[in-house]
Amino acid sequence: MIVNGSIRAMSLKPVSAASASETPPILRAAGSGKAPRTNPGGAAPTFPFSAIVGQDEMRRALLIAAVDPSVGGVLVFGDRGTGKSTAIRGLAALLPPMSAVVGCPYACDPGRPAEQCHLCREKPVLRAESIPVPVVDLPLGATEDRVVGALDLERALTRGEKAFEPGLLARANRGFLYIDEVNLLEDHLVDLLLDVAASGVNTVEREGLSIRHPARFVLVGSGNPEEGELRPQLLDRFGLAVEVTTPTDLPTRIDVVRRRDAYERDPAAFCAGYAKADRAIRKALTAARARLPGLGVPDATLEAAARLCLALGTDGLRGELTLMRTARALAAYEGAETVGLDHLARIAPSALRHRLRRNPLDESGSTARVARAVEDLLAR
Amino acid sequence: MSPAWARALRVARLVATDPQVCGGVVVRAGAGPVRDLWLDRLAGELGPGRPFRRMPAGIADDRLLGGLDLAATLAAGRPVAQSGLLAEADGGCVVVPMAERLSPGTAARLAAALDTGEVRAERDGLAARAPARIGLILLDEGQGDDARVPEALADRLAFRLDLTGIAWGETQGAAAEAEPNPAEPDVDIDIDAAVADLCGVAVALGIASLRAPLLALRVVRLLAKEGALGTADLREAACLVLAPRATRLPPSPEEADAAPPERSEPPAPDDAAPPEAGLEPGAESLVEAARAAIPPDLLARLAQAGPAPSAPKAGRVGAVMQAPRSGRPAGIRPGSPRTGRLALLPTLRAAAPWQRLRAGAGGAPRLIQVRSEDFRITRFRQCSETTTIFAVDASGSAALERLAEAKGAVELLLAEAYVRRDKVALVAFRGSEAEIVLAPTRALARARRGLSALPGGGGTPLAAGLDAAGDLARAVRRSGGTPVVVVLTDGRANVARSGAPGRAAAGAEALNAAGLLRAAAIRTILIDTAARPQEAAWRLAEAMGARYVPLPYADAAAMSTAIRSAR
Repeated sequence: MIVNGSIRAMSLKPVSAASASETPPILRAAGSGKAPRTNPGGAAPTFPFSAIVGQDEMRRALLIAAVDPSVGGVLVFGDRGTGKSTAIRGLAALLPPMSAVVGCPYACDPGRPAEQCHLCREKPVLRAESIPVPVVDLPLGATEDRVVGALDLERALTRGEKAFEPGLLARANRGFLYIDEVNLLEDHLVDLLLDVAASGVNTVEREGLSIRHPARFVLVGSGNPEEGELRPQLLDRFGLAVEVTTPTDLPTRIDVVRRRDAYERDPAAFCAGYAKADRAIRKALTAARARLPGLGVPDATLEAAARLCLALGTDGLRGELTLMRTARALAAYEGAETVGLDHLARIAPSALRHRLRRNPLDESGSTARVARAVEDLLAR
Repeated sequence: MSPAWARALRVARLVATDPQVCGGVVVRAGAGPVRDLWLDRLAGELGPGRPFRRMPAGIADDRLLGGLDLAATLAAGRPVAQSGLLAEADGGCVVVPMAERLSPGTAARLAAALDTGEVRAERDGLAARAPARIGLILLDEGQGDDARVPEALADRLAFRLDLTGIAWGETQGAAAEAEPNPAEPDVDIDIDAAVADLCGVAVALGIASLRAPLLALRVVRLLAKEGALGTADLREAACLVLAPRATRLPPSPEEADAAPPERSEPPAPDDAAPPEAGLEPGAESLVEAARAAIPPDLLARLAQAGPAPSAPKAGRVGAVMQAPRSGRPAGIRPGSPRTGRLALLPTLRAAAPWQRLRAGAGGAPRLIQVRSEDFRITRFRQCSETTTIFAVDASGSAALERLAEAKGAVELLLAEAYVRRDKVALVAFRGSEAEIVLAPTRALARARRGLSALPGGGGTPLAAGLDAAGDLARAVRRSGGTPVVVVLTDGRANVARSGAPGRAAAGAEALNAAGLLRAAAIRTILIDTAARPQEAAWRLAEAMGARYVPLPYADAAAMSTAIRSAR
């Protein structure tokens, strides 16, 4: 396949400002084999995850999704300028690397034959390499052919050949797909994403091509509800939903501005100052992933999760499942022996607030309703 | 040269120094010689070396972000990319005319370019990425209650200018040399203190976003250049960046007990904690400096802004309908011609690059092969019509003095609705029940007759009135319209839904009915008709999610203005 490791070479190597200003605009066909590296921060290194002030709920949700990708994505909704995008781009920088088949456009896991693409399954011997976890930006204005993949335009034009050119969903396999302003995404792209996120498989039927490839990714969306509501079907796909607000106390605000200013003046030095803290989070993530499979959920916790969902009247089993999984990931991240009620109580607002049916007679927000139910049911 | 014009020129110079760092300017002004002169000056400051581009209204993605250059691609026989406007403007400024009409989508694309300093496009089989370190000049031509510049975008720009009040004569002549004010000495200041001061001022002025102090800090650095940061730089940045964003007047020591503003808003529940206590002396003098720079019509504009509208947005033209089949074209998307109107040229464009491949595969040579995946259809936007439902409290307490004024306001709005082809409906509640006096109509004469015949007196069955208005609003929405409910009441309910008298039960039921209106996401405005603003009415407005407009001394014309600005 033409798209090779260069896509996945997402090292967050800083490009110095001087060299960036001299290079001409990078514009090339996606199929040229040199698809651009997704460096979410542009020319400068990304703002370190550990340098974000406050916003504990958002950071916790993102870390949980990194520990256990099966929780089903994170939706971050909130005020302007609260560092939503910053946190997600920062998370990308500290994820521990993963093992992938050399040369596979979908970065298949050599250890899991069941989840591999048709190319890897046909190969007798798979060589593995360690690559950074892909964090793919879905920019607004992206066209369908680039999202799902399409015929390779260059080969079609120059040689009259039919070749599949993988899209953003292929690149996001086993990683994160990040959509800023998710509520402004075109409807037909939303439909597409819903289907792929639910099945974990991207099916392409265009131009006589018939391709299925794995596309399991953590969907991370951010947006501002004032600029448009999210369709309920898409809302439901996100495992966790967090609301972020601008801090209102003066010392926190000063701290935020001060750090941002220091970062803007000298990104490299600023990031170096937080490298240790970022490394600590990365280590904790790796340890949590190792601990996760062995972590059991006691019956008492399961029962409490079921009672909570029943009391809140969430639709279907998805709420319960997410609640259990996220509580377990949280426990794993914190190095707990078992998944306790405390984990459940802390993660319940994020896991459930977007699944509540609107109750016309209860005017308190969904966050307050979850908090009340947690207090009623989990208080000991 | 007037001080306002001098300030405008200073902003132009700062933006030209480093467009990307400043983010840009929101320029509020009608098209005219003053604005053109300002733009000329900005272009002059930028110099010939740096791009100064104008973005046409309704720009398509391929020109904004870049995409496939079809003509060149076909000529060359290989994919040729064209760069978009944002990439071409790298290092310079992009002028956005009629920024108040920017769609949220375009605004978000511009915001992404501002945030990352580059433009990324995943379009037409191309993955393009180019630096776009730009400043935006948003020309805001909105007047009065018109649409406003997208806040998400304005928030990212350091400056806001208002050129509307500047006459041509004021732009002539030399700038008066600023005399160093002995009361405001320029003292060096360290960066931590500067950050603390700017944040303090932002809170004192009621600026929620954290980008504002950050942008102010960037401007301080621009002003200070290589030298040390001085308090004069800090003052100037506070005046240029923070003052125009103020959402409230900072408390002033001299005017502590000045006359309250004529149209007082109830305190917003999410207001920041009172900041004054923790302000340091440095920040205090900054607040004073910023206060002087706050535009004089701030309060009027604040009254206009109001709270954020809830779910279905009903502007003055009604909410946007989902996937209509006609209306204003709003872009192209792939799709079947069965579900939309075929866009012929984009379809042919989509098919063009593949012709060679298809001719090879299909065998018999045909003129042009179009396949189902090439089909492009036009998306349309259409706004549904607005129906304003007046729920008028015609009870004894209200009838005494206010009913006549309420009637007058409704009449004024009727005339306006007639011009806009909106519909109006009238629900009155008095005695023990509510009745629909006038079903949604455009007939001005009928509406006026129904209104003048409206009797007053009796109890206040508020819950029944709200229920009736809510039922009507839902019916309007079902038929494709956008309802706006305007409730005119003093909030003192004393008749329950059952018709039984009793203040407590009636009040509880009224709040419940208000909650139902909110749950249905119906846009509401509550006009407190009592002689003094009533707490009951305010609580009711909160329960409804309504905009609360107390009208202690209003006449019909003022009431009509309030409703218009609230919509």
